[in-house]
Amino acid sequence: MLKNVSFVVFSLATCASALCQGDRITVIKEALRPGDTEPVWVNISGLTGEALETLEFDLYVQGFNFTNAANAQYLISGSNNGNLQARAIDAINKNTLVGRAYSGASLRRQVHAFADDFVQALGRKGIARTMIAFKTEVGRNSEIRVADFDGANVQQVTRDNTIVAAPAWVPGRFALFYTSYRLGNPNIFHHDLATGRQTVFAKYSGLNTSAAVSPDGRRVAMILSKGGSPDVYVCNIDGSDLKRLTETREDESSPCWSPDGQWICFAGKINERRALLRVPANGGPVQRIATVGAGNPTEPDWSPDGQWIVFTRQSRDFEICIVPANGGRGGDATILVSGEDPSWAPNSRTIVFTRRQGDGRRVLYLLDVFTKQIKDVARISGSNSQPSWAR
Amino acid sequence: MKPTSFTTATLVAVVLMITSFGCAKRPTRVTNIPNPPIAEVPDVGMTEPIEGVFSPEGVFSPEGLDTPLIPLNPPGSHLNWQEDSETFRAHTVYFAFDSSAVGNAEKPKVEAVAAHLKSNPVQAVRVEGHCDERGTEGYNMALGERRAIALRDELIRLGVEPGRVDTISYGEERPADPGHNEEAWRKNRRGEFILLIPPQ
Repeated sequence: MLKNVSFVVFSLATCASALCQGDRITVIKEALRPGDTEPVWVNISGLTGEALETLEFDLYVQGFNFTNAANAQYLISGSNNGNLQARAIDAINKNTLVGRAYSGASLRRQVHAFADDFVQALGRKGIARTMIAFKTEVGRNSEIRVADFDGANVQQVTRDNTIVAAPAWVPGRFALFYTSYRLGNPNIFHHDLATGRQTVFAKYSGLNTSAAVSPDGRRVAMILSKGGSPDVYVCNIDGSDLKRLTETREDESSPCWSPDGQWICFAGKINERRALLRVPANGGPVQRIATVGAGNPTEPDWSPDGQWIVFTRQSRDFEICIVPANGGRGGDATILVSGEDPSWAPNSRTIVFTRRQGDGRRVLYLLDVFTKQIKDVARISGSNSQPSWAR
Repeated sequence: MKPTSFTTATLVAVVLMITSFGCAKRPTRVTNIPNPPIAEVPDVGMTEPIEGVFSPEGVFSPEGLDTPLIPLNPPGSHLNWQEDSETFRAHTVYFAFDSSAVGNAEKPKVEAVAAHLKSNPVQAVRVEGHCDERGTEGYNMALGERRAIALRDELIRLGVEPGRVDTISYGEERPADPGHNEEAWRKNRRGEFILLIPPQ
């Protein structure tokens, strides 16, 4: 009884402090600033072990952080004896956002489902049941693997016993494109993950690499050098109607698509200086994308909501940077963290990227670009790079 | 007096809320979580890749630059030719950081390769472009190709027929020196010449 009363007092304090925070929270919702946004504070009670760890990981990389019940904006409680039961309430108005029991699959997957339910109740897109593909070093060679976004359930995709690199998901499909040297030359392959069927997609003269599928899944942008220099090309998903989009003596690399499918953004050079460029997907004049304050940009990836381009600044070290996609804020780039080769999650706020360790080993990391909250995907062993997030 | 009764009322309300939430009442909705659609990526081993559906040779005529780019040889131009990596071992060309320009000090090596090819007209060469690890992987794949093509252009300028010069980029995947220091990087930014001898 005494315990109950003190709990009540505690809850009253929660209400008061949450109400006080009301204004500030509203402001944050309106202006998400890369690297400079407060996390959303959550209190988790009742969950233990793997369930608690999994939920904290899922939420942390989406911009949530954890505090006591008095300071939390959302209160999550539940139990994980066997199956997961969990409830999330808004600490301010006490509305229940989610209250569910889960069954089936694994406890881990039930927690991912709850994380998605909670995040979606807040009007965001959940990412806890998405997958990533990446390159793994195997001796002198490399192969492609896929895993859950948090590094669980790693599965080998290729067994080519050569250099295999640059995996890219086909949007909405359980399929990848990647570059493999298995026929001697760097060629692009299509791989249906459900059937294991591997198909040659592009085996032109010279370099065939960096395949990127359009958001509608109908076209593929890539780098080919058959014309005498690495240039950006685009063709249909069946390989037909190949078009050359750039013709320069310099090297172009890392094409990606705008979410409306109208533009292909890539890394190139203008007047001997590296820049992010974009070209209409059907061909046309090349335009520069400003990255003020972040020279030597490379490896762009356009956010699914169209707002941002994240890229690697290549100087002495590598840094993950972000810039408004359409020239907002004067084209000022924000340098986020050290790392390279970023790929957006479907929620347009979390990215996966690579960071090199002192011994040359490469480790995958997840970053919430707004809060700069970062977690390594340490459960994947070995040296891994070139991650691509399924979306 | 008034504030106290207000507090009491709130307390009662909160107690009711806590009780209704805190007791072991089961949530009404049970959501069954299916297993992922594909439990396992099948191991298909080294089956032969399927060709045809995805690999039509597209036709495209590049528009000219001031000096036009020289298209690369068709794939498999020197299939089953014998590879000799010894003859030109001393002629490996080194590049400056992030550059595909062939330096003047390196040009005599290219001239020696050109001279050999001119006096052995049935032979051909494959130029392999490599990078140090300081570029990103995707960028280095393209830079290695530019280096191989720069050396090919140089050989062509010296009179070797374009059809006798193949190129391949290994990006940063095949370092000559596995170290992570300036000394290793200098050795890894390179173009190697592999002599190709026709089958007897």
